Amino acid sequence: MSALASPDAAVPAMLEVAHLSMHFEGITAIDDVSFSARRGEITGIIGPNGAGKTTVFNCITGFYRPSVGRIALDHEGGRFLLERMEGFRIARDAGVARTFQNIRLFPRMTVLENLLVAQHVKLMRASVFSIAGLLGLPRFREAEAAAIEVARGWLDRLGLVEAADREAGTLAHGQQRKIEIARAMCSEPKLLCLDEPAAGLNPRETAELNRLLLDIREDYGVGILLIEHDMAVVMGISDRVVVLNYGAKISDGTPEEVRNDPAVIRAYLGEEGDPPEINSRGSSPDRGRP
Amino acid sequence: MEYFLQQLINGLTLGAVYGLIAIGYTMVYGIIGMINFAHGEIYMIGSFIALICFSILGLSGVASVPLAILVVLLVTVLFTAAYGWAVERLAYRPLRGSFRLAPLISAIGMSIFLQNYVQLLQGARVKAMAPMVTGGFVVTERAGFQVTLSYMQIIIMALTLILMAGFSQLISRTALGRAQRACEQDQKMAALSGIDVDRTVSLTFLLGAGLAAVAGVMTTLHYGVIDFFIGFLVGLKAFTAAVLGGIGSLPGAMLGGILIGLVEAFWAAYFAAEYKDVAAFSILVLVLVFRPTGLLGQPEVEKV
Amino acid sequence: MDLGNRFGDDGIQWGAILKDAGLAALVALVLALLLFGVRLSDGGGGGLEFRPWWVVIAVAAVFAGRAAVALWIGTRKPASGTALPWFDRAVARLSEHKRLLFAAFFLAVAILPLLPVADRRMVDLATLVMIYVMLGWGLNIVVGLAGLLDLGYVAFYAVGAYSYTLLAIHFDLSFWVCLPLAGAIAALFGVLLGFPVLRLRGDYLAIVTLGFGEMTRIIIINWSSLTGGSEGITGIPVPTLFGLRFTPSPAAGETAFHQFFGIPFGGIHKLIFLFYIILILALLTHLFSERMRKLPMGRAWEALREDEIASRALGLNPVLVKLSAFGLGAMFAGFAGSFFATRQGFINPSSFTFIESAIILAIVVLGGMGSQVGVICAAIVLILLPELAREFAEFRMLLFGGAMVAIMVWRPRGLLAHRVPSVRLGQAPPGALRGGLP
Repeated sequence: MSALASPDAAVPAMLEVAHLSMHFEGITAIDDVSFSARRGEITGIIGPNGAGKTTVFNCITGFYRPSVGRIALDHEGGRFLLERMEGFRIARDAGVARTFQNIRLFPRMTVLENLLVAQHVKLMRASVFSIAGLLGLPRFREAEAAAIEVARGWLDRLGLVEAADREAGTLAHGQQRKIEIARAMCSEPKLLCLDEPAAGLNPRETAELNRLLLDIREDYGVGILLIEHDMAVVMGISDRVVVLNYGAKISDGTPEEVRNDPAVIRAYLGEEGDPPEINSRGSSPDRGRP
Repeated sequence: MEYFLQQLINGLTLGAVYGLIAIGYTMVYGIIGMINFAHGEIYMIGSFIALICFSILGLSGVASVPLAILVVLLVTVLFTAAYGWAVERLAYRPLRGSFRLAPLISAIGMSIFLQNYVQLLQGARVKAMAPMVTGGFVVTERAGFQVTLSYMQIIIMALTLILMAGFSQLISRTALGRAQRACEQDQKMAALSGIDVDRTVSLTFLLGAGLAAVAGVMTTLHYGVIDFFIGFLVGLKAFTAAVLGGIGSLPGAMLGGILIGLVEAFWAAYFAAEYKDVAAFSILVLVLVFRPTGLLGQPEVEKV
Repeated sequence: MDLGNRFGDDGIQWGAILKDAGLAALVALVLALLLFGVRLSDGGGGGLEFRPWWVVIAVAAVFAGRAAVALWIGTRKPASGTALPWFDRAVARLSEHKRLLFAAFFLAVAILPLLPVADRRMVDLATLVMIYVMLGWGLNIVVGLAGLLDLGYVAFYAVGAYSYTLLAIHFDLSFWVCLPLAGAIAALFGVLLGFPVLRLRGDYLAIVTLGFGEMTRIIIINWSSLTGGSEGITGIPVPTLFGLRFTPSPAAGETAFHQFFGIPFGGIHKLIFLFYIILILALLTHLFSERMRKLPMGRAWEALREDEIASRALGLNPVLVKLSAFGLGAMFAGFAGSFFATRQGFINPSSFTFIESAIILAIVVLGGMGSQVGVICAAIVLILLPELAREFAEFRMLLFGGAMVAIMVWRPRGLLAHRVPSVRLGQAPPGALRGGLP
């Protein structure tokens, strides 16, 4: 394993993954993976297909219960041990939001409704489980108007205001991707997890995605965790990169360090030699599915 | 003890019938992921066709009982399988790409349709047949209570064993079995590998219906009384059996069937007979809540 | 069944059509030969009746029908298959004026009994339809909005009816007190039955709820001491209008409705009174449902239906969402059950079979999942038509089952499924305090 860059001591780790392992029947998907992600930083997770990236994600976001390990999330809302928490609580209480490899919008609800569902928790509280809403009390009406404004703000930022009242399933792939990210952000998370957000995007859309993620980092100061195959995205915007292969971590550092790490080169190319063509223009040889 | 033995025999017989029907449920669920709600009605149609055949043979003066049973089995399997095939083509295939609940709703509609179809064609009243296979032998006896094992019960259990053995061979050795297993695991990939998915699915329905037909013949012979509504309850119990054994598992379906048959026989004998159906349903709920993969099934990991 | 276009560039391809029809007829022959051709005599005896003509007619009908369908598909513009775009557009346009249409509908129905042409049978039928409309709207919360396929809805209907009956008879409480109590009991039952099914997927959920429905009926039949068993309970009192009774001869100290208003006694008065009660109850169900859709709870239901995994990832608690749908849906069934009990005057388990659940489900599904208007139309078609066409009563269930299959194959979303968004951005100018609520 290559030398780790010393973590920036001034920025404390928000997400601390320690000795994470996941065993299925006869298969070990990930084995003793440890890394950390910081608030206000973009942390990329890369690796060849089958390396266990989505498994790590699913453990962090509560879709799998890890066999071994600790996932600690620290922010002003408290300290949360994610490996023990139920899926929806991780989203609701710990402030973790995610997007999915195969976009999971609510297809027959409008874009606006999608963004409002993300603000569900806030609105439920304001409406006292919808009772205040039933009675038409102003408290709820104001909260909903505010939520709509939040949604409108995101649609403005994405340039998709005209799509607000369209069924989410009718949008183009690239637009759906953006809406899914906006929806995740509407839930006001502290940690945003994105599962292959650049999948299926053309180069222009990819550049827009990069811009969006950098803006989110600037404006909201959330921590962003990102699985990607597209090197233009990962190397271009990540502050740190974690590399997995065959379920284990093989490298961890800044994009520069990782790019030159022999272990990483071996994993992708299978031999020592020239570093692969992973500059900001291209994508890795292991591009993955559309 | 003797009473217990008798219930055991009765329960096993009943279980064999449930098992045969349960296999149909489990095969269809395994390959296209839906519950064939109308499968109970296929069984019911099988029993009616069997009764009709027996009556025809009886009227034409066929005296040999084994011959009659053989002929009826063949004819019933053929005609009932046709119904199973037709149901799939009409009500399920068009919905293959549709939203999740569409095939189930269609199946419910098909179930209601078939019940009333038979009711209108054959009348709502019960149909009966004098038992063709009588006699058996006494296993043990005490204080006047005889534990009997009738020839019919032997036939049912033997036939079931033979069919099960044949089926296992079919699934593990033949091309059809391989195609089925491929489709169960990944339909798209199977299609890309050159497997005719449509044909495999049709064959699956044919086989399932055939087994249900055998169960129908057995019912007609052994219990002697049928009506258009028997498919509903038996179907539910057979489905419970399939779930109990582990949906997607053939040996599981038979195991589940036997267990349900035993539970029903013992419950009716030792507890309240009126609540025996409640017992069966409760098993369904308990299994699905506490061990959804059943006894022999594979655990399913949620795909995110 | 490949209903592809049989029209080549040279016009109708008779060869292909006849071949299709021929094959279909062959299948029909196999299917019909024994069940159509032979009829078993009732009871034992092995008697048979041979009906060869039935087989001939069946096969011929299938042949002709298949050919006709192939021709029809062929005469349409290619690639449109069985879609009806003009119908969809019309439905979409109408849906935009939903609130107006509904107000008009309720008004029209409200004045129905007051028309001179209204007689007992008409009011009776209208009441029957309204009961099913209400049940449909109630089940719509569970199936249409939350996407939980409940096949045992009749259990809550029964619990409501029996709870109401027992409360009314044993505690001598008025209708207006028993109704909410019965609804609460039904809601509780709904939550209880909802617990075991929380983690079940669509198909399994359906079967288990069906099992629950059957179990409820079996328990009702066998718990005679409480429920009167198969005989049921009779003598359920009729509600009064602020103490006014609907009887020709009131007991001492009571005033009758007709006495109070100084009109001659008419049996129809009670019927009209009951009709208005169910109308109001149905209206309440509708308004509640529409309102909830615009509230976080209702949106949570729809989000759950659309994608449970994404819902969980947004912090929605699937347990709460599902149980609330079950409980509230059950509550409305409970109300409907109470009304049913008081209108009929007696109840027994035969009113609460699986077929009832299937009918209510069909009303929701055929009309269009989640569509309030669809429920009304489907209820009219499924409940009213068979009552009017009594000669075809035998075929009612057959057509019912066939219709379910046909609609699923043709238009899986239901006839009138068109979803109107619960809130629109377009309406609200930036910064204004409107939220799309009425």
